[in-house]
Amino acid sequence: MTFNVNEEGFYGAFGGAFIPEMLYPNIETLRSNYLNIIQSDSFQTEYQYLLKQYVGRPTPLYFAERLSNEFKAKIYLKREDLCHTGAHKVNNTIGQILIAKKLGKKRIIAETGAGQHGVATATVCALMGLNCIVYMGSVDIERQAPNVARMKMLGAEVRPATSGSQTLKDATNEAIRDWIANPADTHYIIGSVVGPHPYPDMVTRLQAIISEEIRWQLKEQTGKETPDAVIACVGGGSNAAGAYYHFLEEEKTRLIAVEAAGHGIDSGESAATSVLGSKGIIHGSRTLLMQDEDGQIIEPYSISAGLDYPGIGPLHAHLIRSKRAEAISITDQEAIDAAFHLSRIEGIIPALETAHAFAALHKMKFNQDDCLVINLSGRGDKDLGTYQKFMK
Amino acid sequence: MSRLKKLFERKSKDILNIYFTAGFPELNDTARIILALDNAGADLLEIGMPYSDPMADGETIQRSGSKALKNGMKLNILFEQLESIRTKTEIPIVLMGYFNQVMQFGEEAFFAACARVGVDGLILPDLPLEVFAREYQDLYTKYNLESTFLLSPHSDENRIRRVDELSTGFVYMVADASITGGANDISAEQIAYFKRIEKLELTTPRLIGFGISDHKAFVSACQNANGAIIGSAFIRQLEKDPSDQGITEFISSIRGSKVEI
Repeated sequence: MTFNVNEEGFYGAFGGAFIPEMLYPNIETLRSNYLNIIQSDSFQTEYQYLLKQYVGRPTPLYFAERLSNEFKAKIYLKREDLCHTGAHKVNNTIGQILIAKKLGKKRIIAETGAGQHGVATATVCALMGLNCIVYMGSVDIERQAPNVARMKMLGAEVRPATSGSQTLKDATNEAIRDWIANPADTHYIIGSVVGPHPYPDMVTRLQAIISEEIRWQLKEQTGKETPDAVIACVGGGSNAAGAYYHFLEEEKTRLIAVEAAGHGIDSGESAATSVLGSKGIIHGSRTLLMQDEDGQIIEPYSISAGLDYPGIGPLHAHLIRSKRAEAISITDQEAIDAAFHLSRIEGIIPALETAHAFAALHKMKFNQDDCLVINLSGRGDKDLGTYQKFMK
Repeated sequence: MSRLKKLFERKSKDILNIYFTAGFPELNDTARIILALDNAGADLLEIGMPYSDPMADGETIQRSGSKALKNGMKLNILFEQLESIRTKTEIPIVLMGYFNQVMQFGEEAFFAACARVGVDGLILPDLPLEVFAREYQDLYTKYNLESTFLLSPHSDENRIRRVDELSTGFVYMVADASITGGANDISAEQIAYFKRIEKLELTTPRLIGFGISDHKAFVSACQNANGAIIGSAFIRQLEKDPSDQGITEFISSIRGSKVEI
């Protein structure tokens, strides 16, 4: 079985580009150029240089000894939390801003939920001197004030999305509308492996640096070619796609996709898309999404603003439905507990999203001394306000 | 022959297509508004199926869709509302919505329901041309549904030819590369785009939509195509005055004729 995207942008039954004609010229330009650009020497030279000197890559693959002893496994943490701006998101924005420049675009738009992708976009726009407009749901603007301030300090304009539920999906709709209205000079930097083809594949390739490094770092540290499992949280799924990419064809490596169960799968307040979702179309992609019987999209819930997206990337829909990846869902409380535990046992405060991946250790079955890699996708500074509410 | 084909055979100029959202402003207004628009002299109706995530619609239409959903609008209710409409009017009706709505209803069940109540065609802006051609064109034919696809000012000639080939009802020319309900003046650039399309001598009738909101813009659009589509401006009328008389006055103001009392 192949896990690569086909000519029309499908991963098995999932993917494609379900977009209105007004977006077609933009998407077509991107589709016919992205692979050539990404594979070109000039792009790679600049991308690799910025990842090293600006982002701080390679990020460490850290053997978490105390955590390993506790779970009787060999647990390695891929430290994406040490990237500039505090999460893996910047790998993608660096790549896309270089692509936007090659395409001659002068203006950048983005959507953001928790604000991490917005900050990563505002950062690279400042770096390249391009105009940056970030769409963010009015509700999220209120609950993620520090990231709003960071974006503004970096020179971005933050525009509130006031339609619908005023969260991430609505910010994405607004960004798409902006792109329809400004097709010529604007590039839309999508923050996850979602949206119409070629976005899921493009963002996956730009995040694939994560698994590329895991491979050689693991070999260097243990002599092993592949881990027994790679564990990552999935909202849209960009950090998971990056952490899986170079292991997709390694059938002995289990891929664990950790979703947010919110207050519990059956509580009516959840974001566990692979369990609660069904096949449909969201933001131009055919994938699994949470919807009612009329196809109206249901607003998901998670304590973590980065995981409450009502869909998952089409790659993940394909991996989960074909049983290549295993989905595990983690409640708010389980994630909070895992965040406090990791802080105490390893001295690392993870992002709330990432904390879900750690909580999955309690729900997985694995053999003693299995080699597990957890993608530590982001750091928890942005979540301190939430964590404080749970301190005893 | 379909009502839509008959319309274009009978009339090739000044066709007025009015868009409104089903279940707006009140849940059970749909049938009344159809009849009021028919009486007021609209030629063709485009009924929007309200959607939670209407990515190709502007603020005004989004607002009407949110209201309709709050009113409890569902596709089953829409089909019930249209059930006996064909005993009262022969005005061509097309449904506009997003492909996910059709997918979840069940594609063939949806097309069959359209045929049963007398819907003449569909506009699904996010259904890709190639997917339509491969998976749904035959079903449209089976249920006598006319297809309409969109053109934008940035569509190239190959794309325009393909849209013309796959559209059987009319081609929807997006006046501006913007979302619905934008600025109402028609620019020299837009006229150049209309002329460019005109020169290609498409086989399908052309209607211009997006940003047409008054008599002046309507006349100017009609000089460059078979007619025009008015959506957001009519929704604003319904927000202001949804009565039959308000609808009649609105249509008269677009046509530029005096209101007959």
